[in-house]
Amino acid sequence: MYDLKALYEAQSVQDAVRLRLEHPEAQILAGGTDVLVQMREGKRAGKELISIYGIDSMRGVSIDEEENIRIGSLTSFSHITKDPIIQKYINVLGEAVDMVGGPQIRNAGTIGGNTCNGVTSADSASTLFAWDAVVELTGAEGVRRLPIQEFYLSAGKVDIRPDEIQTALLIPKASYENCFGHYIKYAMRNAMDIATTGCSVNVVLSEDKKTILRARIAYGVAGPIPTRAPSAEEAAGGRPATEETAETFAAAVLSDIRPRDSWRASKAFREHIAVELAKRGLLESIRLAGGATV
Amino acid sequence: MSNQYKLIRCTINGKAVEQMVDVRASLTDMLRNDFRLTSVKKGCEVGECGACNVIIDGECFNSCLYLAAWADGKNIRTLEGLMGPGGELADIQQAFIDEAAIQCGFCTPGFIMTAVEILESGKEYTDDELRKLLSGHLCRCTGYENILRAVRKTMLKRLGKA
Repeated sequence: MYDLKALYEAQSVQDAVRLRLEHPEAQILAGGTDVLVQMREGKRAGKELISIYGIDSMRGVSIDEEENIRIGSLTSFSHITKDPIIQKYINVLGEAVDMVGGPQIRNAGTIGGNTCNGVTSADSASTLFAWDAVVELTGAEGVRRLPIQEFYLSAGKVDIRPDEIQTALLIPKASYENCFGHYIKYAMRNAMDIATTGCSVNVVLSEDKKTILRARIAYGVAGPIPTRAPSAEEAAGGRPATEETAETFAAAVLSDIRPRDSWRASKAFREHIAVELAKRGLLESIRLAGGATV
Repeated sequence: MSNQYKLIRCTINGKAVEQMVDVRASLTDMLRNDFRLTSVKKGCEVGECGACNVIIDGECFNSCLYLAAWADGKNIRTLEGLMGPGGELADIQQAFIDEAAIQCGFCTPGFIMTAVEILESGKEYTDDELRKLLSGHLCRCTGYENILRAVRKTMLKRLGKA
């Protein structure tokens, strides 16, 4: 038995908005792989829960009329990995969420829950940051969209208003077109572990595959919230797709990231692997984009 | 607090059932206490060990992190559902015995239900892929190698390759 005070089950997005307004103290519950664990640990014990898990309209991946990739917030990690749209346009996201927990957790956990938690180590977050994802929130007044960088406010805190729930994550066409990326999770175990540091890199190459037109990079666990590394991106944009560029790019990340000492790893170690992951991530992204670095 | 209940209708091991559940109950609580399906083990109860694993609509879930209230309308399968009409063991259960993939047995039902999902996909996996697919389970007797062998053997047998 969970130590919960009351359970409200939303039947639709509108119903969820109504429940949010009626029960301002209640915690939103999606796949339960974090909230129910915290409740078991006593952190959220005695709380009311609004379960949105039954809202099937919030599941699935599609291309919307503006040609954004639209990922319903309740889409499970395993369904994202298996989805043909994800595999075709943003395969790195499917690979990243395939590193969350273990198989059963990936069947239950949702991408919306992963981002609404606001934790820096979320495996989906660095890739969503690196691909300029847009968060869609639905509230009493309708739909609000904001860049994921603005959605994360501080550690464990995201911009969800009292009447809102997150309904989708969007990847704009300008972001995914001709873009190839790679995610590296550095952790102590291959499964059931939280990233010591996670790094997601992506590139768009010129037609002859020799120049990097655009490089983007984001980290999890390199600061209190996931973060981009703009200095590194600037150091690689417009530069030749070479190992030398990758070195410059990787060295530049240190001016952007702010990792800390924790029981998982020291700041110095995190900085060391952040540089190495940036280099490997960029070289692999170039390779995936059809370029050759020699 | 006042008690809150929900009437749920679902299918458990092929049988349509109806049950009034306390909304505070996990699916593990419901399967064990209301249906006496004690193959569903209470291990860590925080989704790490996989001992409570069951198949819901074709996919594996740790039933400890699944509200009983969510079971409404779902098709749920536990280890008990593998039993043949005369009480026979399934091929995967026999393989666990033959490969000595059981020591204390506490992790076994969870492992076997994941194996069922793997086997029913009809695909052939490499050992590395199988290790990843089985990685959501902990066996404290450390019998992983034999478990992998049992799953691989059954997989190849079902595919007509052994």
